[in-house]
Amino acid sequence: MTGRTLYEKVYADHVVAQAAHGRDVLYIDLHLVHEVTSPQAFAVLAERGLEVRRPDRTVATMDHSIPTKRTDGKLQILDEAARSQLETLSRNCAAHGIPLHAMGEEAQGVVHVIGPELGLTQPGMTVVCGDSHTSTHGAFGALAFGIGTSQVGHVLATQTLLERRAKTFRVTFTGRAPDGVSAKDLVLAFIAKVGTGGGAGHVLEFGGEAVRALSMEGRMTLCNMSIEAGARAGMVAPDETTFAYLKGRAQAPKGADWDAAVARWSALPSDPDATFDREITLDASALTPRVTWGTNPGMGVGIDEPLPAPGDAKDATEKAAREQALAYMKMEAGKPLLGEAVDVVFIGSCTNARIEDLREAARIFRKHRVKDGTRVLVVPGSRQVKGAAEAEGLDRVFTEAGAEWRDPGCSMCIAMNGDKIEPGQLAVSTSNRNFEGRQGPGGRTILASPPTAAAAAVRGAVADPRELLR
Amino acid sequence: MTGHGFQFRSRVVTLLRDHVDTDQIIPARFLTTTTKQGLGEKLFNDWRYAKDGTPRPDFPLNQADPAVSRVLLAGEDFGCGSSREHAPWALVDWGLRAIVARSFADIFRNNALKNGLLPIELPEEPHRQLIAELERDPAAEVVVSLQAEELTLPGGDRVAFTVDPFARHLLLEGLDELDYLRTFADQTVAFEAQR
Ligand code: SF4
Repeated sequence: MTGRTLYEKVYADHVVAQAAHGRDVLYIDLHLVHEVTSPQAFAVLAERGLEVRRPDRTVATMDHSIPTKRTDGKLQILDEAARSQLETLSRNCAAHGIPLHAMGEEAQGVVHVIGPELGLTQPGMTVVCGDSHTSTHGAFGALAFGIGTSQVGHVLATQTLLERRAKTFRVTFTGRAPDGVSAKDLVLAFIAKVGTGGGAGHVLEFGGEAVRALSMEGRMTLCNMSIEAGARAGMVAPDETTFAYLKGRAQAPKGADWDAAVARWSALPSDPDATFDREITLDASALTPRVTWGTNPGMGVGIDEPLPAPGDAKDATEKAAREQALAYMKMEAGKPLLGEAVDVVFIGSCTNARIEDLREAARIFRKHRVKDGTRVLVVPGSRQVKGAAEAEGLDRVFTEAGAEWRDPGCSMCIAMNGDKIEPGQLAVSTSNRNFEGRQGPGGRTILASPPTAAAAAVRGAVADPRELLR
Repeated sequence: MTGHGFQFRSRVVTLLRDHVDTDQIIPARFLTTTTKQGLGEKLFNDWRYAKDGTPRPDFPLNQADPAVSRVLLAGEDFGCGSSREHAPWALVDWGLRAIVARSFADIFRNNALKNGLLPIELPEEPHRQLIAELERDPAAEVVVSLQAEELTLPGGDRVAFTVDPFARHLLLEGLDELDYLRTFADQTVAFEAQR
């Protein structure tokens, strides 16, 4: 038998039965739930008189539509539709015995931040959530992917899903990323290389020296954006870094169970003779900080590179897409983004709002103040991240530099909770999507790493973080 | 639509953009709903309406009548981005039953099929031909047949397409994936027991 990849091992371990037309019934170990994509699924269960099969494998949080700004010292829900949605989640969780981390509670946070930090996400698991950035959890060597609301209903009712085997795609980063170049830059470079549809039908496995050197936070950033290359999921083989992160976490195995788990997890990495359907190698040591200039995450360049001209596009559709994006973004081909004036900086989201991301940004804010007239929001990914940052004094670093320090939530990543940019404003954001209006109707978004975002805050313009880190 | 081999004749709304993401199909600020109904009104909201809420006359959807236009023609990578099922709900709620495109994002394709919305992927040549025929006559009609897996262009040319056979089976029979999945309950119990 030839070797198997990490993905193939995890997938095979979860096949309950073979179904019609090449489908498998796949068992789901962990189902994460949030307020936006679950109400219609619970409604289907209610219509059909079905129970949640495994509330003990289901965990809910509130993140997308909650406020992150305190009014009179309190988090107040001002939007009536959002309130009704949050109440619906509370009611559904109470009715079915599902643990819920509600707004303001100790373990609450963005769904893809709390899963790992509570130790819920573990190597070799299948993890799903009604949210495309579920791919984040693949950083642990879990098979984690986003599902639609119908499938949220399927998992609630049966703890299984109908799936088809995906193809495999190995992405190798050789060399070490230089200082000022982070996991975000690695993944933005990869997406720019293969395009937003480049990973379609595949599960990615990230590897190579630069990935092995990443912390779990960095690996989560990498896997988080797999979906922006169109991939079904992204994974990193578990290793000592993974085990060290998990050890002692609330839901991680303890005692003898821990040793057994580590033994099991250690057998997960792809076999040396495993073959992939597709492979690509990128040199991390040659990368510079990245920024996007267009309206999808694949439209990106190195920070000092000129924006590509529509005339150089590979075909007419790409040419049209570039023209449309440049027009929307009010950007000019042939010039780099450096020096472009920025209105808002957002440091947050499930891509880059973990403690390490905040430390990276704080490295710059310790020495430099926010430029007058630039609005800067720092939104921690979870209440635990918030607590850890405050224990280190990072909150004061941010506020003394002139940034706002918020409560955890999705906030300006998706602009559902009132945190948004105004029409025409330009934001540098550590989130994952620069679609038209994603951060508010008419708003323009540049995606970047936390150091690059912090540098933009300091200069009030797109700036190279390496200059400020020296 | 089911019971007749999922076959119908329709005009076509042409929206020739690539990478139409689900944030455009239904912007996030309309996701605070707890039902599936009524989203058609917000479909393509930020492209479709001016700032003061009046419909933009040049946006294709505003020139179409949902009663006779049940097919949307788009470019590459339709439905990329967020996995929100609100996107197919909004498309269906407006009145659409099929999207013709060069390619689709994976999650969108799956979500669409689960909601009776047919994603039809066409190769470059027939895609171009359809655009050309609609340019000559924007009111021309196509015929969609899931039974035959065939799209008949206004000029009469028939173009084959394929739909995942499992999804096709469910759509043609009017079956539901959850009911099918529930038939594996015993195997699931056995699987849990042996872990
Ligand atoms: S932070 Fe953004 S991308 Fe992540 S779950 Fe929230 S809305 Fe989605």
